[in-house]
Amino acid sequence: MPMVVALLIVALATIGCAPGPQTVTLTIRYSGFDVTELRVPRGVPLTLVLVNDDPIDHEWLIGDAEFHEAHGTGTHDAHGEIPTEVTVPALQTVETTITFDEAGTFPYVCHLPGHEAYGMVGILTVSD
Amino acid sequence: MRRPWLSLAVATTALLITAAPTLACGGLIGPNGAVNLLRTTTFAGYTDGVEHYVTSFEFAGGGGAFGSITPLPGIPTDVKRGGDWTLQRLIRETDPAPEAAFLAAEDAGGTAREAEVLLETTIDALDITILRGGGDEVGLWAKNHGFRLPPDAPEVLDFYADRSPIFMAAAFDADAAAARGQAVGDGTPVHLTIPTDNPWVPLRILGLGKAAGETVEADVYLLTDEKPALLPRAGAFIESNGLILDHSAAATDLLLGDLRSDAGMEWIPDEAWLTKVVVDTQAGDLDFDLAIDASGAGAPSPIDAGFAPFGPDPAPGAPVALYLLLTAATLIAVPLALDRSTRGRTGRPPLAGA
Repeated sequence: MPMVVALLIVALATIGCAPGPQTVTLTIRYSGFDVTELRVPRGVPLTLVLVNDDPIDHEWLIGDAEFHEAHGTGTHDAHGEIPTEVTVPALQTVETTITFDEAGTFPYVCHLPGHEAYGMVGILTVSD
Repeated sequence: MRRPWLSLAVATTALLITAAPTLACGGLIGPNGAVNLLRTTTFAGYTDGVEHYVTSFEFAGGGGAFGSITPLPGIPTDVKRGGDWTLQRLIRETDPAPEAAFLAAEDAGGTAREAEVLLETTIDALDITILRGGGDEVGLWAKNHGFRLPPDAPEVLDFYADRSPIFMAAAFDADAAAARGQAVGDGTPVHLTIPTDNPWVPLRILGLGKAAGETVEADVYLLTDEKPALLPRAGAFIESNGLILDHSAAATDLLLGDLRSDAGMEWIPDEAWLTKVVVDTQAGDLDFDLAIDASGAGAPSPIDAGFAPFGPDPAPGAPVALYLLLTAATLIAVPLALDRSTRGRTGRPPLAGA
């Protein structure tokens, strides 16, 4: 499956000014994220516009290894209020806004059965 | 690589479906309720612009509801119960099995974007729906009607919808089958009559929901007026794109007479050429269909094989009588119901707010 890998560097030069909120559109098609690497400065609100162009549901879940271990063995029907756990229904668009207050590297994954193995994985890096 | 004994093994396995369901399907529910592959047997025939397509759904025991989606070359004008033993008779013609095996087998004997529903009918414990629409529309219809499609479904549905936006969705209710007294291994054949000038055999869909390294095995029987040309070209005893030319000879009068005597099979011609192609490849390599030219021109369509971009259909050639029989190892089969367990919510990245 062709996968477009894009590196979005949201990190901004911070000399003399604080970066403002960032918005990134992430499109899902043929059970793949069109952006598989994201970078955002710590403390900067990131709004993700998740566009599902598939006729099946998908998820965008971000967290550490323990988080993914827990989610990888479960099957939620839908995710609601938690901004790091987003269900994107078929052919719909969902927004979520997250502000990371610690630096680190966090995978984002669709944990619906078979989707991670199919390649629905990306990495978000929070930089200092 | 192709194993020399595989052809007989595949055919024998198909024969023994009715006697040994564990050979047909390892389990009805996959891990996490993921895609469940259900072995089905399919027949498709074409003569004078009309294709006859018969799929047999095997009751493999257990409970719950399962579904299947099959791409079709055109809109059916009729959907009814099919004959009972046509497929088994053809398998016996090309792959004679030990007498004991035959005895065992005989003994066991929406929304605006949803696809358009063209026809609905019920046959035994099967609810059949004929759909017309693009990949997204068919996928959304399936989702909204309880089919849990695997992650490769969107791309595969588009692959077929670009060529023919007609699909058959079949929902099989195992509980209803059991209530009807159907025994494990009983098949429900469905016969579709499809006017079309462009038949082909869907192969790529056999790998749907499978990992790239998983093996796909299927038997494809063709019954044509003349010896057909195929694309991909099936190799004789040598693997070619995972297709093996396993049988190619004039159909015997005995075979044709036997087929004609089955229910709904009176259209079988007096003379025909019988070809059997065995599919034995990895799902990741099965990105094509089987194009057939039975007109004698020797030019099967690369578009029909999925090797060329889809475009306007070429002008139809002279009418040919083409009879296709496909023994499919697997089609799209997904559970209709899924219990989803609660997940943990630990380990989220540290947030300052949302």
